[in-house]
Formats: sequence, C-alpha cells, structure tokens
Amino acid sequence: MTFKQMFTSSVGKKLVMGFTGLFLVLFLIVHVGLNACIWANDNGEMFNKGAHFMGANWVPRLLEVGLFAGLILHIIQGLMVELSNRSKRAIKYDVTFGNKGSKWYSRSMGLLGVLILIFLVLHLAHFWIPNRSAQGFIGLEGEIDLYTKMKDTFIGDSWQVIVTILVYVLGCAALGYHLAHGVQSACRTFGLSNPKWIAVVSTLGYAFAIIVPLMFALMPLSFHFGWIN
Amino acid sequence: MEHKNINLKLKVWRQKNSTDKGGFETYDVKNISQEMSFLEMFDVLNEELIAEDKDPIAFDHDCREGICGMCSMYINGRPHGPWEANTTCQLHMRAFNEGETIVVEPWRANAFPIIKDLMVDRTAFDRIIQAGGYISVNTGNAVDANALPIEKAKADAAFAAAACIGCGACVAACKNSSAMLFVSAKAAHLNQLPQGQPERKTRVMNMVAQMDKEGFGACTNTGACEAVCPKEISITNIARLNLDYTCAGLTDTK
Repeated sequence: MTFKQMFTSSVGKKLVMGFTGLFLVLFLIVHVGLNACIWANDNGEMFNKGAHFMGANWVPRLLEVGLFAGLILHIIQGLMVELSNRSKRAIKYDVTFGNKGSKWYSRSMGLLGVLILIFLVLHLAHFWIPNRSAQGFIGLEGEIDLYTKMKDTFIGDSWQVIVTILVYVLGCAALGYHLAHGVQSACRTFGLSNPKWIAVVSTLGYAFAIIVPLMFALMPLSFHFGWIN
Repeated sequence: MEHKNINLKLKVWRQKNSTDKGGFETYDVKNISQEMSFLEMFDVLNEELIAEDKDPIAFDHDCREGICGMCSMYINGRPHGPWEANTTCQLHMRAFNEGETIVVEPWRANAFPIIKDLMVDRTAFDRIIQAGGYISVNTGNAVDANALPIEKAKADAAFAAAACIGCGACVAACKNSSAMLFVSAKAAHLNQLPQGQPERKTRVMNMVAQMDKEGFGACTNTGACEAVCPKEISITNIARLNLDYTCAGLTDTK
C-alpha cells in the first residue's frame, strides 16, 4: 500500500483529520494561554508583550505558516469527507434515527466546523489581518496595539459591538461542541481502543472542550462588562 | 404477562425492483397476537395480500432466531426496531401498542441497493470478507487445540467480535453509511488470534480498500452503529482496525 493509497483511503483521510485536529488543539492551548494575559489587569502590558513575541519574532511567525497549512488541510479535508459521507445515502430515511444512538454534535462536525470557519474569518478580519497588514505581512516590525484593538472591538453599546460579542460567544460554543467530539474521535482514529485510556481521553477531551472555549468566550465579555481595567 | 391481540397501521416501503422509484403504502393489520414476532406479523399480512391477489411484501429472513443476519428492516427510525441487542426476527409484537402506526423502511445505503420492497443487496459484505476475512490453512491433520495457547481475555474479545452476524444494521444506522463496525468486527475476530497473524496486515489493507470500493462512507465515531448492533459489537474494534491499518500502511514496503 503506497502512502497515496493509505492517505486517500477512508481511514487515511480520518488520520489526516485527527492529526491536523490535534495540531490545532495545541494551537488553542498557546492562543488561550497568551490571551489569558488580558486578565493580568495591567492595562494590557503583559498581553502585548506576549502578542509582540508571537508577531515580531521569526520563529512563531514561521510556525504560523505551518498553522495555516494545518488549518487549511483540516478545513478542505473535513469538507471533502463530509460531502463524500453525505453522498453515501442517496435516499434518506422517512423516520430518522436522531439522538437515540449518538450525540447530535458527533453527527454535526461538518456544520460546527463551518460555523467555526465563519467565526474565524470574522476573527482574523478583526485582529490578525489588521496586525499583519500593518507589518506588511512579511515584516516583523510595525505591530498594532492589540489590547487597544480588543477594547475597541468589545467595549461599547452600539449594535456592531453587541453582534460581534454574540458571534464570538456562539463561535466559542461551536468550538466547544466540535472539540467535545473531535478530541476523543481523533484518539479513536489513532487506534486508542483500551477502555481505561478511552475514559481518560474522553474526560480530558470534555474538560478541554468546556474550559478552553469558555475562557475564550469570557474574553470579549470581560472587556464589555468592564471586568478588567 | 397478559395476552393481547392488537390492531396496527403499517406504513411500509414498497418498491417493485431496483430501478423502480418506490413509495410508502399503508396497511391495516388486525388481530395481531402480541406473542408473534415482527416477521410473523408480516407473514400474516402477506397471507392476506396473497388472498386478495396482491403482491406480497418482500423481506429477507432465514433462521428467525437471531443468528443468520438475514433479517433487516428499519422500524420506526431504528434498525431492527425498538429493542436493544435484538434482531427484527426476535422483535415481538408486545413492543408495540394498540393502534400504533409502525413505519418500516429498508436499509438505506448506496452500497446496499434495494432488490425489492424491504430486501436489499448486501453482497458488498461478502466481497469485503473475500478480500481478507479469512485465514489460510494448510491441509493435513487438524492441529491440536492446545498447541496454540491463547490468552483468555483475547479469546473472549475475538469471540465477541466474531459474534457479528453481518446483518448491516451498523451501515443502516450510520449517518455516513459506514461499514466500519462490520469490517472491524471481522478483522478484530481474526487479528486477535494467533491463526490470524500471518495475514494481519494484508487483511486490514485489503478489507478497507474493498470497503471503500463498495461505496461505504468513512467512520466518524458517532457510535450509532454500536447502539443498534444486535450482537453488541463494540466500537473499540474500529479503533483496533484503525491502528492495524495505520501500522500496516506505514510498514508496508510497497
């Protein structure tokens, strides 16, 4: 079996989804960790230092290229697997099986993924694109003050701010449900069959799926409701 | 338990042949003993249809004791009906109440084309088995059973996987029409035994390749298959297959 045959098979495609998915989980850990610096209550000093390290240093900037490659692979492969899977039953059932045998979010990974993608486009347009644009995309100098940018985006009573916060919270909820199935599903795809370890991974997966998106969702809310100075 | 006869409304998928469009037809079935099996209820209905000079409903059945894997039927949104760990032939009419409407559909998957009414063509499973669901044995004297020591836990796990009757409920329940529970059960049955080791790698590679060729979807670990399996085959077999497949793919020299 060639590598091509392996990675284009139904199992191989899922392996790609699992590996890129767990890679993105690692990214989320870095992202949530750095962003948590906003709660240092130091008017963004620590947060901006972290942001500066990520944006003005060639090592994270190079890793960022890998991150986008992994993200794009996850998105394209995910959409292809979803569309292919949907095409396998041309005539649908009159009465659907529904939630009797599986969780709704485990069956809705494609939909949740698309919701996250929509949120991500908005999120990149808010922060990443203006920042990299100010740097000339390949440059390391000339970053914008991202803490101030966060304040501008999330503080205020205009409908744009309210809608933005709502989209962020919904995006985080979609991410949470996506992770709730994704983490343990990836591990099963890698071949984890030991019930002891499945229990550990499921628990960790659910914990991650709750804690990380909740922390992300609390960030715009913290700015909006003045929980940080 | 009190014996009762009940009257039901059946909404059944009728389709003349594989090319016919098909559609639902509703039948009133009266005076059905709750001690009948679901298939016996269909027998009663078919007798009536024959008496009326109408075409009886075609459905698969054979042993009627839950071991052959021939019966199918997607009953009220669940393969093999409402009971857990049960086949349609062993589903009894006491599972239903007086006046209830029961919707009966065939297994729906492109890989299981409809032959007629509720009968589907499941020969895709046969071809997957032919691709690797076997062991090669030299002829000659039978090997003494004790010559191959097998750990009890492994023997039990292999036996649990071997309980798969190949009915296809896993495919019918899966949103992706994936056959991974079936394939993984057949692979796990042989891959955990010493006799299955020589062909372990080629088995998983060939069975997965055949499964993809037959037009089944990819597994997304939703667990719907495990929930409906009449033999309670565990979804952990799928993880075992994934690992065997990955190892085979990475170590294969071609």
